[in-house]
Amino acid sequence: MFQNGFSPRRVVVTGMGIACPLGLGVEHVWKRMLAGESGIGSIQSFDTSALPAKIAGQVPAGTKADGGLDISEWIPIKDQKKMDRFIQLALVAAEEAVADSGWAPQDEEGRCRTGVMIGSGIGGLETIDEASRLAVQGKTKRISPFFIPSALINLASGQVSIKYGFKGPNHSVVTACATGVHALGDAARLIALGDADVMVAGGAEAAVCELGVAGFCAARALSTGFNDTPQQASRPWDEGRDGFVMGEGAGVVVLEALEHAKARGAKIYAEVIGYGMSGDAYHITAPAEGHEGAFRAMTAALRSAGVTPEQVQYVNAHGTSTPLGDDLELEAVERLWGDAGKDLAMSSTKSAIGHLLGAAGAVEGIFSVLAIRDKVAPPTLNLEKPSRESIIDRVALQAQPRKIEVALSNSFGFGGTNASIVFRAAP
Amino acid sequence: MSDTAEKVKKIVVEHLGVEEAKVTPEASFIDDLGADSLDTVELVMAFEEAFGVEIPDDAAEKITTVKDAIDYIEKQKGE
Repeated sequence: MFQNGFSPRRVVVTGMGIACPLGLGVEHVWKRMLAGESGIGSIQSFDTSALPAKIAGQVPAGTKADGGLDISEWIPIKDQKKMDRFIQLALVAAEEAVADSGWAPQDEEGRCRTGVMIGSGIGGLETIDEASRLAVQGKTKRISPFFIPSALINLASGQVSIKYGFKGPNHSVVTACATGVHALGDAARLIALGDADVMVAGGAEAAVCELGVAGFCAARALSTGFNDTPQQASRPWDEGRDGFVMGEGAGVVVLEALEHAKARGAKIYAEVIGYGMSGDAYHITAPAEGHEGAFRAMTAALRSAGVTPEQVQYVNAHGTSTPLGDDLELEAVERLWGDAGKDLAMSSTKSAIGHLLGAAGAVEGIFSVLAIRDKVAPPTLNLEKPSRESIIDRVALQAQPRKIEVALSNSFGFGGTNASIVFRAAP
Repeated sequence: MSDTAEKVKKIVVEHLGVEEAKVTPEASFIDDLGADSLDTVELVMAFEEAFGVEIPDDAAEKITTVKDAIDYIEKQKGE
């Protein structure tokens, strides 16, 4: 490949959009996050009486004006039934990101140089559940012609491309809870390697349905001890943690070749400077000892960024609030940063919104960019008594002003897949 | 307008998200009301559900306008 002498290009973030349990809209969500608010609550959308976990982070209902979701404000009724909720959330976040970027190609060349890469960990689970119920009742003839295109993961990318006419690479990532970071990193690489000038990239998830919660309960992955105090359930690194809290939502960014962004005078939030990946080759759900896969993903990301650990001031941790994973990730970060760890801030924003699975890495990538923009580390809520001490400041309970120039965000997924992405302040 | 015609019109408005005034008897689902082939499949399923009739695929293919749907359903129901 690249016998033509092509050399990689720099890639920047020029637009961002979020739909998450703290609401809709990047600024609205970020303000609430820095104020230490939580988006976790009791599940109201279905009956949880037979399930041990009864809480989740769900996108709040409401209107655009108050940062809540009324899907009919975003997607015509006729089209809503053609897409599972995860695709709807992807479209909501993409609309904000694309508008924010100001990128609206007026010619065919511009459209063909703009691609989409939005992934999901699970896809249209609720849609599959509903269709399978019909099949079980012998009503296969009642299965909607929109069932398959509503459930397929790459249809998030497909729907966004159709809406905007973006005809460049149309791709999708499926790597469980690492999806979001992989989507951002892979999309950045497509731009760096010349396949596109602009990529709309991110992750979307809407698996907070009966089947989804039941499945993660069966895997003993979810918090079950805080059903009466949902906002205290997601407590990364705290000794009382007992599993993750499911969340739903979408994070979408507009990535762009630096020269392309400059040429059109775009606002630049940050630069994507590094990306690293690894596999554990160890276990389907548990991280390897010492989280050595995470260690290698972070090492690879820093290497590709050309920065040393001491040049990184903030890590947005995977930090899901599981007994095993949190301390192993901490161990890997401690090992990599060494003495420089004393100057590092590392927090888990999952403490406020839960674990958005395939959307997590995209939403947390946006938080990392905002941490650089506003020079502030978002808090780890509920970290009252760490299960073990560390020289690394985990930003317990309250946001902290910090001189953040470079930030790294981690995401790890079932199957032993790890990804880290590194951002730097706008060039 | 017959009850069947009223009901068909209502289903078309709901499923295709079009204005009621556009749903004339002669209106073609695809050419006039913005439906694609999947929309028409779903529309026929909605008619089956609402009227308790079976519309086999070969008959469904011939239902291209609002009037086609009304006529077929009324014939099935013996109205």
